Amino acid sequence: MCLAIPAKIEAIEGDTATVGLGGTRARVVVSLTPQVKCGDWVLVHAGYAITVLDEADAQETFAILRQMDALEGP
Amino acid sequence: MTSLATLRAAIDEQGRRLAAAGRPRVQLMEICGTHTVAISRGGLRDLLPDGLRLVSGPGCPVCVTASGYLDRAMHLAARADVVIATYGDMVRVPGRSGSLEQARSAGAAVEVVYAAHEAVALARRTPGKQVVFLAIGFETTAPATALALQQARREGVDNFSILGAHKRVVPAMKALLGLPDVPIDGFLCPGHVSVIIGWRAYRPIAAAFGRPCVVAGFDDVQILAGIGEILRQLADAAPAACSVYPAVAADGNVRARQAIDEVFDVTDATWRALGCIGASGLDLKGEYADFDAVRRFDLPAMVDYDPPGCRCGDVICGRCLPADCELFGRSCTPRRPVGPCMVSSEGSCAAYFKYHWRPRPKASP
Repeated sequence: MCLAIPAKIEAIEGDTATVGLGGTRARVVVSLTPQVKCGDWVLVHAGYAITVLDEADAQETFAILRQMDALEGP
Repeated sequence: MTSLATLRAAIDEQGRRLAAAGRPRVQLMEICGTHTVAISRGGLRDLLPDGLRLVSGPGCPVCVTASGYLDRAMHLAARADVVIATYGDMVRVPGRSGSLEQARSAGAAVEVVYAAHEAVALARRTPGKQVVFLAIGFETTAPATALALQQARREGVDNFSILGAHKRVVPAMKALLGLPDVPIDGFLCPGHVSVIIGWRAYRPIAAAFGRPCVVAGFDDVQILAGIGEILRQLADAAPAACSVYPAVAADGNVRARQAIDEVFDVTDATWRALGCIGASGLDLKGEYADFDAVRRFDLPAMVDYDPPGCRCGDVICGRCLPADCELFGRSCTPRRPVGPCMVSSEGSCAAYFKYHWRPRPKASP
């Protein structure tokens, strides 16, 4: 349940952002990562960005999640 | 990237150093359901030297939630004026009076949400009903609940409340070290809890209990690197807190920790099998007391129990492995789970069933 998924910020509107997430788009809350900007990668847990990632780490995490078939669900 | 072979060689080397120092047997505990799954999936136990044992601890939020909590949720679900909003993990957990999924089949209003703020939105859309959000999870998940409550208070969503059972990991680790029959020489610490609380949060355990606490990410390389670092610390007799997971900062996510502190007070909490652990839970602060479902509704007392024959409690504490339970793979399977560790995809029993279970040979007539 503590799974978190990397996502790329595409647009920010107040406390929420549109992110690209495993080939789809989703809205996430970014108020826990106030420093985030468009183009950044974040770790998303249950609809909230919990930290900013560098891109290399994000891509690596993606590869792991694909192996785990974990790119669905909260 | 460091290769698995290099990491295995490093682990073997530290194992030899420990054996030479008179510690041939070492038991490490992971306290993260995602680690549990990754270790089983990668077959990592088979890569470790003899004498090094990995056991799973209380790392699955659904599994550590006391049965009495589910009884309370079921009690609420039975009310015609209540809509339950819950993460999907909770709906199949069987309680004394069935699961929330069964309650929903019988007509109860149980909605699965992916984010805490969706529960607030549900309350806004459903003005004639009381929406109760089942707020479970460790520090990874608690900030989301805190933000949702701040939003509900700010926007005056007074038909929203939470049935809170958020847990704090570090006090549970200390409680585990007090169990006389579960030796733990070091902890592989959870990656995403630590994104919030930071790796420095484990320093008191390393300092006061002399146990290495190493945060790792979720692939085989990360997990083996974490195990190697724990063994190195043990061999050097230099236990410390640290992280091999780049996403984790020393102090975690300060804004997220602030959000928790703004909404919750630290309190004692009841864990499945571990009982009441001091300072291991989060209770709503006075200004948020109106959002507490326990105050809003008349609820049964919190008790903890395992279903008859179920050893989830012992599995959670690392006292036994899933296959040691008589029900495992027989009357308890992912399709028909008896205990929570078989329900949640991150439960130890579900992971062992998926990756290690083989049908028992039939007894000859």
